[in-house]
Amino acid sequence: MTTSNVPEIPLTVLTDEGSRWLETAMERVRADAGALTALFPAAGRACGRGPVPGEPGWTLDEAVRARLLLALPQTGAELGETLFELYAHGDAAERLAVLRSLPALEDGGGLGDAGLPLVRDALRTNDARLVQAAMGPYAADHLSDHAYRQAVLKCVFIGVPLAAVAGLDRRSDEELARMMADFAEERLLAGREVPPDVWPVLELHPTLLTRIHALIGEER
Amino acid sequence: MRIFDPHIHMTSRTTDDYERMRAAGVLAVVEPAFWLGQPRTSPASFADYFDGLLGWEPYRAAQFGVVHHCTIALNPKEANDPRLQGVLDLLPRYLAKDRVVAVGEVGYDEITPAEDEALTRQLALAVEHGLPVLVHTPHRDKAAGTRRTIDVVRESGLPPERVLIDHLNEMTVGMVADSGCWMGFSVYPDTKMDVDRMVTILGEHGLDRVLVNSAADWGRSDPLKTRAVGDAMLAAGFSEADVDTVLWANPVAFYGQSGRLDLSSIPAELTTAHVTTAATAAVAAGGDYAGNTVLRGSPA
Repeated sequence: MTTSNVPEIPLTVLTDEGSRWLETAMERVRADAGALTALFPAAGRACGRGPVPGEPGWTLDEAVRARLLLALPQTGAELGETLFELYAHGDAAERLAVLRSLPALEDGGGLGDAGLPLVRDALRTNDARLVQAAMGPYAADHLSDHAYRQAVLKCVFIGVPLAAVAGLDRRSDEELARMMADFAEERLLAGREVPPDVWPVLELHPTLLTRIHALIGEER
Repeated sequence: MRIFDPHIHMTSRTTDDYERMRAAGVLAVVEPAFWLGQPRTSPASFADYFDGLLGWEPYRAAQFGVVHHCTIALNPKEANDPRLQGVLDLLPRYLAKDRVVAVGEVGYDEITPAEDEALTRQLALAVEHGLPVLVHTPHRDKAAGTRRTIDVVRESGLPPERVLIDHLNEMTVGMVADSGCWMGFSVYPDTKMDVDRMVTILGEHGLDRVLVNSAADWGRSDPLKTRAVGDAMLAAGFSEADVDTVLWANPVAFYGQSGRLDLSSIPAELTTAHVTTAATAAVAAGGDYAGNTVLRGSPA
C-alpha cells in the first residue's frame, strides 16, 4: 500500500519479530482504535528507531506509527478526535509521528479540517521539532492566511529552516513579506543579525526589499 | 568526571542550572515525578505535568547537552487526596513511554492507608510494565517508614535489584543494604545528607548498589552536589574509577534495567573514555536513537 508521503517500510529493515509485531498491531487497530493507547508508544521499542532507507527524514518508529494510524477504521471528525487524543498524551516522538502522518490521513481517511486543532497546538509550543513537523503539506492546505503567516514568522524566530516549510511558493503573500520586513527592521535597529531565511521571501516583493536595503544603507 | 544525576527535579530549575551542570560534568539526569509545592487538585494537572516530563523538559535539557529521562508515579503526599485517585488510572498510559525508566517516586509520607494502597498498586504496575522502582522514604519517622517500605516491596514480588530506596541516612542505610535493594542518597545543603557524611558512608558501606543524587528542586538545594561528592571522594583518597562507579556506572546500571535508557546522543568521546560494562549494556539496550541531537532550536 502506498499512501501519499508515508514511506513504504522495506521488509529488510524490520526484523522478523518487528514485522510480526507491526502486522498484529495493525490488525488490532483495525478492530479497535483504543488499542493504540498501548501500541503507539511501544512502536520504537518493538520495531527500532533507525533511518528508513531511501526516505530521508523518516525514522523507523515514525513510519511504523504512521502505518498504525493509517490502519484506523475512522474518518473525518471522529478520526480527528482520536488523533488529537493520541497526540495530547504522546511524548515528543509520538507527537512528531502524528503530525507527519496528517497528509496521508487526509488522503486515506478524509480527515478534512479535523486535524487542525493538533497542528495549532504544535505551533503554540516552543519545541522546534514540533513546529517544523506541523508546517508540512497539511498545514499549507488548511491553515488560514493569518495563522500560516504567523507560523512562518515563528519558524524564522526559533530557527526552523523555511526550506522545511510546505506551501511557501504559493502562500508567500505581500502581508507575509511585510511582516518579514518589519522583523528584519527590528533586528537591524537592535544591531542584531537578520536570519538569512528572511531574504527569499522579501525578494518576491521589491518595494519592501528597497525599504530594508535603505535601512541597511543608513546603518552603514 | 562524567556524572549521571539519578534524581533531580529539573522542572523547578532554570536554564542556568543546566549550563552549570553540564559544565560540571553532568551528562544525564533522571527526573522523578513528585509534588510541586502547590498541591494539585485534579488528574488533569498530573497529565500536563507528565507530558512536560516527557516533552518540554527533555527538549530543554538537550539544548544544554544533558540527556533527560523520567520516572512516573503518583507521589505519596498527593496519594492522600481523594480527588487524585484518578491519577492511578492515568499511569499505565504513561508507563508505556520510551523515556520512562522507572515507576517513581512512590513510598510513604505520613504512612496512611491511602499511601499503602497507592504504593501497592504502583509496585504491581512496575511488575506489569517491566520497570524498576524509585522509592521515596519519609522525612518524618524515617526509620520506621523505611522498614515498612522494605516489607511492602518484598511482598510485591519485585526483585530487590529492581528497587532503589532513596533519601537514606546513617539510620536507614544498613537495613536497605541488607534488603538487597539499591541505596540512594540525596545530598542537600542542610538536610538529608551532606557531602562529608556521604563520603564516610561510602567508606563504610562500599560503592556497590550506591547512588548519589542532588534531588534538587524548588527548595533549598544544589544541582552541583553530585560533583561536590565526586570531588570530596577524590580528596578522601577514592580513585577516579571509584567516582565513576558511583556517579555514572551505578545509575546507568540501575535505570538500564528498564531497557529504555538511551544515552546514544552523548558524544562518543565522553562515554568511551571510561567505558564500563554496565554503561555499554545500557546503551545497547537503548538503541541508537538520535532524537535528542536533531533539530535543536537555535537561539533567535
